Amino acid sequence: MTSDYEVLALNESQSAVIVLTGQVDRDAATNIAGAYDAAAATSPTTVVLDFSRVDYINSTGIALIVSLLGRARAEGRAVHAAGLTDHYRQIFDITRLSDFIQVYSDVDAAVGSATT
Amino acid sequence: MVRPLELDTPAVTAVKVEQVEAPDKKGSSKPAEQGKAGVRRRWRRSKRAAEPAPQAPAVASETRRLTLEIAPNDPVLAFLQGATGAVDVSTLPESSPAVAEMRASSVELVVPLVASGEMVGLLALGPRLSERGYSHDDRRLLDTLARYAAPALRLGQLVRQQQAEARSRERIEQELKVAQLIQQQFLPSSLPNLSGWQLSAFYLPARTVGGDFYDVMELPDGRVMVVTGDVTDKGVPAALVMASTHALLREAGPRLVSPADVLARVNELLCNDIPAHMFVTCLVLVVDLESGDVVFANAGHNLPYLRGADGARELRATGMPLGLMPESQYDEVQEQIRPGEVLLLYSDGLTEQHNDNGEMFGFGRTGELVAAAKTGSGLVDSCVTELDRFSGSQEQEDDVTLVTLERSSAVRPSRVATEELLLNFSVPSEPGNERQVLARVADAVAECGLDEDALERIKTASAEATMNAIEHGNHNRPELPVDVSVLRTSQGIAVEISDLGGRREDAVADHPDLELKLAGLQTPRGWGLFLIENMVDELEEHTHEERHTVRLVMHVDPTAADQAETDGGVS
Repeated sequence: MTSDYEVLALNESQSAVIVLTGQVDRDAATNIAGAYDAAAATSPTTVVLDFSRVDYINSTGIALIVSLLGRARAEGRAVHAAGLTDHYRQIFDITRLSDFIQVYSDVDAAVGSATT
Repeated sequence: MVRPLELDTPAVTAVKVEQVEAPDKKGSSKPAEQGKAGVRRRWRRSKRAAEPAPQAPAVASETRRLTLEIAPNDPVLAFLQGATGAVDVSTLPESSPAVAEMRASSVELVVPLVASGEMVGLLALGPRLSERGYSHDDRRLLDTLARYAAPALRLGQLVRQQQAEARSRERIEQELKVAQLIQQQFLPSSLPNLSGWQLSAFYLPARTVGGDFYDVMELPDGRVMVVTGDVTDKGVPAALVMASTHALLREAGPRLVSPADVLARVNELLCNDIPAHMFVTCLVLVVDLESGDVVFANAGHNLPYLRGADGARELRATGMPLGLMPESQYDEVQEQIRPGEVLLLYSDGLTEQHNDNGEMFGFGRTGELVAAAKTGSGLVDSCVTELDRFSGSQEQEDDVTLVTLERSSAVRPSRVATEELLLNFSVPSEPGNERQVLARVADAVAECGLDEDALERIKTASAEATMNAIEHGNHNRPELPVDVSVLRTSQGIAVEISDLGGRREDAVADHPDLELKLAGLQTPRGWGLFLIENMVDELEEHTHEERHTVRLVMHVDPTAADQAETDGGVS
């Protein structure tokens, strides 16, 4: 199994949505970096990570998200997350990622908040 | 001062060098006035053997004390040192202040007292009573006298010097004995009687006083705080720092109760006062006597050993030693001491003692002693005996402190007896195999009554522990297996994941700090162990030779309601 991604640029809300699929682990490293590059190319103010199709995030995946967050913050972009299971929400809390990434139940809520 | 002498008698008087060393001799034993440059040497004329002469008959031969100071650069010194016998003061250089003083005191003749080539004094003589000059025979007699007197004088000087040194040593020893008594007051004079528990302790400073300490305090909530500590260095400096650290811990312990808070507080206070290059390692542990639950925090001290049902293991917690860095924070680790188990707290005087072959006592021997321990007091005894035997002719290098805490094996059966093996398998050490482990563990525990949240947590913890075993234990070598056991226990379930990487000193990384990571000050990685710790109810690590095992425990509470949370949109 591999991970995959899809970038949706939503210009009217100035957000870009990265839809992640499968596992966020070491195999996802190039995909996630590539996805962020593609998303950043649309100059969004907010990058939304959609985890609704992700079934596994491990510590290496957390590290990838931390790196992505670091890049986004350096470039002045907000990062939102959507579609996390309760378990991974808990992990976002434990790691304090949720202090820096707004967590929403789904992409619509995440994008909606970015417009307002 | 000295009055001019009325030397109307042939007074034979020793003028002795109060300082024993020659002017150019090094290593003199007297402080202060002793340096080479510009120091004036005191010469004192005294009666033979320096006895006071209260009963000296008022006969003609009266002796007096004459104190002469001869500066090291006084030209007369060279003269006298080169002289072979009695010297007429009139032939001595007038430029010498000492000669001027001799003349003022009517000294006519001086005879250098030379022992082992070193001038140790002078015989000084006034005018002859007969008012004739000193004859040739007189001088020969004086030379002979000087030859006998000089070694005796030298001997007297050495004896006196040694006596002075012995007196000062005695005084220091006396003071150290007092210091030792005071220090012993800091250590518990007797250990409290704890229901269902046995405490034992051993304390042996390498010198009269030491920098190690331990303490036992009963807390307001009924729990008991046990503290062991070790100040860098030994002897008096360490003892002084030990005293203040002990006082700070005594104050903070019962007030703050939390081991992490106690260490953080004492660290703050010590940082202000401790001399540079000194610090204190310290372990604070609080035990609940009813449940055996233990919470502890560690400031750079040796990790405690627990002799459990399945051998010895270290209880891990790390943190900066006290007094090094302000604002240090300490992690608290939870453990449990079950009935029959023995906990050992110890200082590095045990593990770092060398034997005649230059080997260190080390953790291996310590671990073996712990593993073999039946009781706490037995463990203290075996450590002391073994350490003594091991040291051979080597001196004790550092203070040794041992404290054991044993929970009586009464009521409850041991853990092993109540465990049921549900699943046991291995995977090759290849990245990605943790997902296989995750899936198989999830299947195995499906019927064990874990709620969904707990199930997800044990899955994540198992996957992370497997990743660590593959990467850090077996170094991604596929031929090395990672063994996984799933057990049902009296409390819930346990997953044991083993690799062949042996003890991992660096297994407990610094706690990952997201802000530091985002600021690029910490690697983005390093979340594995942190996640595991936060996922499971208990985390244990043990090492048996090269086999390193992580045990993940999830409690199952049969009464737990389903904790389905209704999540709104925004966190």
